[in-house]
Amino acid sequence: MSITRRHMLLILPAAAIAWKYVLAGAPDAAPNYKMSEHWWGMLIDLPNCIGCGNCVRACQVENDVPDEYFRTWVERYHVSDYDIENPQVDSPDGGKKGFPSGKAEGGKNFFVPKLCNHCADSPCTQVCPVGATFISPDGVVLVDKTYCLGCRYCVQACPYGCRFINPKTSTAEKCTLCYHRITKGLTTACCEACPTGARQLADLKNPNDPIHEFLKTHDVQVLKPYMATHAKVFYNDLDGSVR
Amino acid sequence: MNMFKDAGHLFRVAVVFGVIGLAFLGIRVLLVPKSFGQYGHYRGNAMTEMAARPVNFAGHQACEDCHADVLEKKKSGKHVHVNCEACHGPLAKHVDDPGSVTPAKLDTAVLCVRCHEANIAKPKGFPQVASVDHSSGVPCDTCHQPHSPVIDGGEK
Repeated sequence: MSITRRHMLLILPAAAIAWKYVLAGAPDAAPNYKMSEHWWGMLIDLPNCIGCGNCVRACQVENDVPDEYFRTWVERYHVSDYDIENPQVDSPDGGKKGFPSGKAEGGKNFFVPKLCNHCADSPCTQVCPVGATFISPDGVVLVDKTYCLGCRYCVQACPYGCRFINPKTSTAEKCTLCYHRITKGLTTACCEACPTGARQLADLKNPNDPIHEFLKTHDVQVLKPYMATHAKVFYNDLDGSVR
Repeated sequence: MNMFKDAGHLFRVAVVFGVIGLAFLGIRVLLVPKSFGQYGHYRGNAMTEMAARPVNFAGHQACEDCHADVLEKKKSGKHVHVNCEACHGPLAKHVDDPGSVTPAKLDTAVLCVRCHEANIAKPKGFPQVASVDHSSGVPCDTCHQPHSPVIDGGEK
């Protein structure tokens, strides 16, 4: 049987699809780092947070975050004794330069550092029309800035307000959990700069990570659990008024 | 068979559609990056590129490799768990080239109050002072040694 034009029409598309997989080749992974062995998250030990803003400054330096935009920031809550459902929250310049001393008005006062929650079921990655944002196999929500169109769907989808459009590149940007550091065996810049240990990087797949013991023995919550995002930033001793 | 009398027209249309389809697939193969779809609906190499970024904070392990004397001093004080770069700032460049890049001298009058200025929202057990009342602008290291800040013989 000779190959007719009709046969060629059938064979060529199939060959084109197969060629794509030939080109894909083997992944050039970072040396000594296996994505399948990690599942990253973070622990925020709120009773240790002193609102110094070291994490905000460190993040800005480490990741070239433009002024007045934040991948992490610190909020100060004032929960009045008489209106516990409506706390007053301030965060001057993201807490980068610290906080004014504040007046003693009673009630409950505390700091809450915020960052991307690296949700295991992230609303932001689901809405991306071009596959520019994704959950990496090691559990970090990342943005591929060469693919991002800057359409802002993800900025709207994030229930925690953790994304922004970088004014220089016009692409979506967010906390990468210092992906360039954790793949080299370092902790994140914010954890490195935190003087009190209020922020701790956690590898949920590592059985020796202290996070497991901590989760068992402390009153730990995530933000907005009713959103069912399966957030992986765990807050110890979180007040019910925090949103 | 009357039905296939003009089948030649249909065949020509099929060829045109076939060529367009092939051109689409060919261009798609050229334009879609090789690593797209490797792990999911995204470019697999994006992670490798992000991981290749240089670091600015070297990490306390790198500091401790050389500055064992400071580590020893810190061990006896309250700042034992404070990482070097929390105060000294990002110093990966100093680690790469300790000879020519040296850390700046720190101004303790500015630095210490970042953490120790009294604030209503700070944890009650955390040592805080109203710096104006406490020292009226005198640099903290006049009395306290930052690596082990308790004043000898003084109150803790």
